[in-house]
Amino acid sequence: MSTPTNQPLSGAIFEESDLLTVAELSRICAVDERHIVELVDEGVISIVEIGTTEWRFSGTALRRTRLALRLERDLELNLAGVALALDLMEEVERLRRALQERS
Amino acid sequence: MEFKDYYKVMGVPRDATEAQIKQAYRKLARKYHPDVSKEKDAEARFKEVGEAYEVLKSPEKRAAYDQLGQGHPSGQEFRPPPDWGAGFEFSGAGAGARDSDYSEFFESLFGGRGRAGSQDGRGAFHGGRAHDGRGEDHHAKVLLDLDATLRGGARQLSLRVPEIDADGRLVTKERVLNVQVPKGILAGQHIRLAGQGARPMGEGTPGDLFIEVEFQPHSLYRVDGRDLYLELPVAPWEAALGAAVKTPTPTGTVDLKIPAGSHAGSKLRLKGRGIPASPPGDFYVALQIALPPANDDKAKAAYTAMAAALPFNPRATLGV
Repeated sequence: MSTPTNQPLSGAIFEESDLLTVAELSRICAVDERHIVELVDEGVISIVEIGTTEWRFSGTALRRTRLALRLERDLELNLAGVALALDLMEEVERLRRALQERS
Repeated sequence: MEFKDYYKVMGVPRDATEAQIKQAYRKLARKYHPDVSKEKDAEARFKEVGEAYEVLKSPEKRAAYDQLGQGHPSGQEFRPPPDWGAGFEFSGAGAGARDSDYSEFFESLFGGRGRAGSQDGRGAFHGGRAHDGRGEDHHAKVLLDLDATLRGGARQLSLRVPEIDADGRLVTKERVLNVQVPKGILAGQHIRLAGQGARPMGEGTPGDLFIEVEFQPHSLYRVDGRDLYLELPVAPWEAALGAAVKTPTPTGTVDLKIPAGSHAGSKLRLKGRGIPASPPGDFYVALQIALPPANDDKAKAAYTAMAAALPFNPRATLGV
């Protein structure tokens, strides 16, 4: 799987690509589609409203989904716990930024 | 290879119950989880704890480990005896689910992480299996210099990627890739390299590689999303009277106009001069007032003259 290092590989910024389907997000995160549905139901990740019944996610859902799956697995949390942890982590991040701005 | 004392790693006595071990694991996992912890060596500690738990939570592995561990203090040079493992059945060697790789010590005792795609009861999390003839997508995280996103350009990235070895086991290998960093990428975003993921078993196309980007702290600029912040020291007269001062920005030095009557903490915005994402971020300059030292007679005289000339009480808002 080695790649010649003289010619740089180029790739796009994933978050700027098209919206994702449940199947795509489930594939990239290597998790069952049912589990993606559970994450949405618990409010861990949210869908983008596009006016159809089929669900779509923005690219930013990738990072959040993977983070949620890691917390769930490594800390043996249930989904409500994951949702709470993510919300608190965001709050801590926001406070940290505010603190930096003041100092 | 050093002998690892898994009881010491978990901070539990050798006769700890399964419940105690589970409690200890949960506590340590929360403390050192790399996504949560701010401890310096969180990732290494988390792996160590995960490995210890992997052994101690399984009655078979724990019994085998205990038998082996007699008379081996932690850190001592260690080789597994030739008859190692006889009489013990390790169901589904390795956890299969963790991204972390195990130590040489662990692998010499219990093998690698088990076959790709092995189910461990929560197997839904680890799709070693290939859907629709495509290889699995891989994920990695890199720490880039801020310049990489400001200007774009090729960077040598050293990644740790899971691979399937000749025995069908999942191992973590170091892989160096020369990657063109897309200009304007933000922290938390991913570079998607098509076809650089795992090869499928049998026919099909390889998966993709997703590289999550974070930035190293920059010596001048603080990053917040797509915006950049700079603390700019100015002299009291520059802030009071206004001035044009030389200011570093990502696109080069500019003459920044400081409005008269500025004070410490005043924020100036240079629109569109942040990270060149779409839309581009802004560049914020926060003013700091730097006082010239009063370290000679001339400077002291200037301060004295200012004190005499200005009826100024900096503590007026404190009511004194």
